[in-house]
Amino acid sequence: MSAATRATIGLILIAAILASLPLWTGAANLRLVGEILSYMALAVLWNLLAGYAGLVSVGQQAFLGLGGYTLFICTIWLGMPPLAAVPLAAVAACLAGVIFAPLLFRLEGAYFAVGTWVAAETVALIFAAIPSLGAGAGMSLPAAAVKGIASSRSMREWLIYWIMLGLALAILGGTFALIRSKAGLALMALRDNPTAAGSVGVDIWWTRFWTYIGVAAATGAVGSVIFLQKLRISPDAGFSLNDWTAIVIFIVVIGGIGRIEGAIVGTLLYFLLREMLIDYGTIYLIVLGLVGILVMIFSRGGVWGLVERHLGWSLLPTRRLRD
Amino acid sequence: MAEPILSVDGLSSGYGDFQALFGVSLDLAPKSILGLVGSNGAGKSTLFKAILGLLPRAREMVRFQGQPIGDVPTRRLAQIGIVMVPEGRRLFRSLSVEENLVLAAEHGRKGAWTVQRVFELFPILGEKRRQGATSLSGGQQQMVAIGRALVANPEVILFDEISLGLAPIVVNDVYAALPEINASGISAIVVEQDVDRVRRLAHQLVCLNEGRVVLSGPAGDFTKAQLTAAYFGE
Repeated sequence: MSAATRATIGLILIAAILASLPLWTGAANLRLVGEILSYMALAVLWNLLAGYAGLVSVGQQAFLGLGGYTLFICTIWLGMPPLAAVPLAAVAACLAGVIFAPLLFRLEGAYFAVGTWVAAETVALIFAAIPSLGAGAGMSLPAAAVKGIASSRSMREWLIYWIMLGLALAILGGTFALIRSKAGLALMALRDNPTAAGSVGVDIWWTRFWTYIGVAAATGAVGSVIFLQKLRISPDAGFSLNDWTAIVIFIVVIGGIGRIEGAIVGTLLYFLLREMLIDYGTIYLIVLGLVGILVMIFSRGGVWGLVERHLGWSLLPTRRLRD
Repeated sequence: MAEPILSVDGLSSGYGDFQALFGVSLDLAPKSILGLVGSNGAGKSTLFKAILGLLPRAREMVRFQGQPIGDVPTRRLAQIGIVMVPEGRRLFRSLSVEENLVLAAEHGRKGAWTVQRVFELFPILGEKRRQGATSLSGGQQQMVAIGRALVANPEVILFDEISLGLAPIVVNDVYAALPEINASGISAIVVEQDVDRVRRLAHQLVCLNEGRVVLSGPAGDFTKAQLTAAYFGE
């Protein structure tokens, strides 16, 4: 059995366990697992962007909030069923990416990072200035639309959980397939050495462009499901730098940037820390900060980098599979 | 001489305010090897970077098959047929030997040089095709870098100090491939510190000193003493 087959079987097994979760656990656990899945998806996406394409964006909240708002607009103004609005949220976020990319790609390194943040703040300010979207206060999904998802409350929670699970697995699987594809070779080369990648003929601009708008679309879809679960959105919540980018960067950095496994392990570590320490208030934040600092000083490749170096493990064999 | 495949004409360039090249001109004849010599800081690597567009140059300063290419961006040069084997090799560390070659083959031109033929030229690379490229010895890494240039099926390869940091016996192994590469119709400019080696290998010689051409002509025309004098700027 090849490594790829083993990885596939393992993934299917984990997916089956996760899919059956609503049948044997309560609503609170379900919500927590749903949140873990959403952060895992966001971490995998940000890792693809920063760890592979070299685009250190701190403005992903722009796409997440746009996705959320698109869902609410489609549902409330156009009367669409909320679930049908999820793909449209991806399209809206993708379009925003298409508009941002030519402007932001003129900036390098730290300037690019600041540029993405400015772009995200601009989008947030625009949404906060539209009265029909509730301006700064935001808006709620009307009761009729909520009932439209599923009749009972528990059925609705299950459905939203399954959609998040499907989306997270699709993002994980899609990223894995991308990195193992021929385009993935170019992405990895770009990560290793942009100048040399350019010299062998990799088109850096377009490689980055497709990655950027693809990640934007997926981030928008994740955002729409997150706010479908919350049933309410406001500019502060939808375009939160802290919730949708800072935490995600923390996860990727402690897990191991430039590795898919790093994003997964980082997510699990983050939630473990959070669930253990959330009652301690400031101590929780101090511990998070310390963990981040220690990882950056002692293991630049994150926790997964350590595992790989000392144990030679690779959960998802993205390397050397070509026959 | 037949029309040069690559010619540099009055090339001046540098890093910001620092000018490193002053009106450098040279012609590379089709299917030939040109040896570029000069001491450290003479401007050899700078000349390569300027030809490839990694440093500023004007449109008319570089010509390829008679056409000005001084305004062609770096990433397009592999497609028109100019590639470099860079100093320090610059392999992709998270890709295997084979993946390094496959990537270059996909983004370059199609032709006689395939990944398989590179494995025939350097059999050791075929044996280690699945290994991480940077886990190989220095000489083998240099072979990967040369292979990466070959699979793009270029007309011209710029070799930048491929002997740097290698044991003398390994240097011989690496250089042994050059006649076969040349025989397949590829022209080359070879930067090399070892003047004797260049004299044996190259058809033409150009010597740079402090950013200017101080000597240029058929390799057989110069005595070692003349070359040494030019090399040290005497």
